[in-house]
Amino acid sequence: MQNSKTTEAVAAGIRKRVFEHAMRNNGGYLSQACSAAEQLAFLYNEALTLGDPTLPSIPKPFGGVPSASNPDYHTGAGYNGPFEPQNDRLFIAPAHYALVAYATLIEVGRMDAKGLEMFNKDGSSVEMIGAEHSPGMEVHNGTLGIGFSTGAGLAYGRKRRGDTGDVCVFMSDGEVQEGQTWEAVQAAAHHRIDNLWALMDVNDQQCDGAMDSVMEVGDIATKFTDFGAVCVEVDAHDLSALREARQTPHEGRPLIILARSSPTQGMKFLQKRFPRLHYVRFKSEEERAEMNISIAAELGIDPVDLTDGGH
Amino acid sequence: MVEMVTRPYASAFEAYATANPDVLCLSADLTSSCEIDGFRDRHPEQFISLGMAEQNMMSFAGGLGLAGYRPFLHSFGVFLYRRPYDQLIASVAYPRRKVRLMGFLPGITTPGGMTHQSIEDISVMRSIPNMTILETGDATEVESICEAADSIDGPVYCRVLRGSVPRLFDTPIKVGQMRELALGDDILVITSGIATEEALRARAALQSSGVSIRHLHINTIKPFGEEALLDHIGSVRKGVVVLENHVTEGGVGSLVAEIMADNGVGKKLVRLGLRDTYAHGGSRAYLMAYYGLDAAALVGGIEKLLGHSTGITEDQLTSTRIDAVHSAVKAEAL
Repeated sequence: MQNSKTTEAVAAGIRKRVFEHAMRNNGGYLSQACSAAEQLAFLYNEALTLGDPTLPSIPKPFGGVPSASNPDYHTGAGYNGPFEPQNDRLFIAPAHYALVAYATLIEVGRMDAKGLEMFNKDGSSVEMIGAEHSPGMEVHNGTLGIGFSTGAGLAYGRKRRGDTGDVCVFMSDGEVQEGQTWEAVQAAAHHRIDNLWALMDVNDQQCDGAMDSVMEVGDIATKFTDFGAVCVEVDAHDLSALREARQTPHEGRPLIILARSSPTQGMKFLQKRFPRLHYVRFKSEEERAEMNISIAAELGIDPVDLTDGGH
Repeated sequence: MVEMVTRPYASAFEAYATANPDVLCLSADLTSSCEIDGFRDRHPEQFISLGMAEQNMMSFAGGLGLAGYRPFLHSFGVFLYRRPYDQLIASVAYPRRKVRLMGFLPGITTPGGMTHQSIEDISVMRSIPNMTILETGDATEVESICEAADSIDGPVYCRVLRGSVPRLFDTPIKVGQMRELALGDDILVITSGIATEEALRARAALQSSGVSIRHLHINTIKPFGEEALLDHIGSVRKGVVVLENHVTEGGVGSLVAEIMADNGVGKKLVRLGLRDTYAHGGSRAYLMAYYGLDAAALVGGIEKLLGHSTGITEDQLTSTRIDAVHSAVKAEAL
């Protein structure tokens, strides 16, 4: 697909869409938009080789789970383009970033804006925690820590087939607390799987709060390197740094880019909520109104019309 | 005298995998224990060592399945569902990947004790949507398990026997088809896996005591067609006995109970197996006797349905014991 926007504009659009959605729906995954907007914009708008979407821009309703009696079942992978040897594949490992990922699909023209209105509605495929059948999702990742393993297996298989496309896993730093993440990295290194790379949103946040208060993970760059990956650290909000990191040679090893991010980037008002940023709910109508005015101003947009019928 | 076959899986897997290039052989550090060491040495390009890391192996296999491969995972059965259960559901079962889980040392066929004995695997697997379950009961079924498993359009869990395995049957597994080993009309005996060999040990003694046995061997546990079973249940007068190398909750006995209840079958059912207990480490013969999984236990179950003793003694069973070999074989090393 042709890029019609700059990656900076895509990132700004992601924050705006997630903010508006959260305002209208009494909260949401705002901090994930703050930390990951540049990363997802970078992936979709320039880093990945993706074919044109194969699924309708307005998502179909939930079509049932995979079963022998559901032959029409398909995943949401079609929003990332067809499975062709030259195309990259993308797994969104932290499935709770779904709202941010959907906003990205809209910003890069892969999904209609109406898709976001279906978010978390009964009977919709645009689920709150991205399911395999949700737009842009290729496998189930809602259970954290399985994404990189699945990516490694897919990458191994694609390499064996001679595909030229890579496998990219967008990860979150909380996943390093899961043992499986380390099993996956050692296996990818052992089998010299180098058509595999990960972009990890290192925002130092997890559900219970700041990661250091929940479980210290130490120097994860050194740990990834010791487990056999090539690992680089960059500022998650610096697109040129992300571009440069992607060019890091990693022959015979997976590449892991640690994108050090701020969970309040672009919405400094959220710092009042630190360290409980995983899912932001409004404590009162007053707070909602205050947040609406303050964050809208930061984003350079008008406050969201919260009156009935205001859309 | 029954023929004993040594390491039937080893040669069967090698023959099948080399003829099917999209079959990949995955191992989690139990390569010789799962009889794929020869395959590893002769076909390293088709063998993937994933180390002692079953959670990664399971999701990795899901990724291979997405790439169009059909990975055969080799480990002890217990390590294919207890530790990597979440991965089994999310990466394999839900998306219906063609992943073949080859679970060795089912039930009490290992002296490794609780950590090594998959005594509730069938119960767990039966409750997983999209999962198919096969169980081998003799060398011929082990020899045909690869082709049977690989015919499944989705994930499949197989209980595989290893080492020295008796040959009881002369036809391969036909998925979904039970074996009718006797067609008597007093008692229906239903067995799977190694329990079938036990039932055959009691056959002659039961015959001479005048009990007419109808005997079915089950190798496809899920999915399970009810009709044939209901016909057989309808053909016996006294009731049904199930003997299995598994806890009595959730296994073949439960399967039969559910079918009988669903269809309003008013016959008695005796379920034999591990009775809400873990086992400990010991030889197979010892464990089967200790936990009531052997031919003597089956005779006891039949007597319960008959309401009287058959007069069959342990000696009669021992004298018909199929496996002179087994009693001479030490508990297999891990």
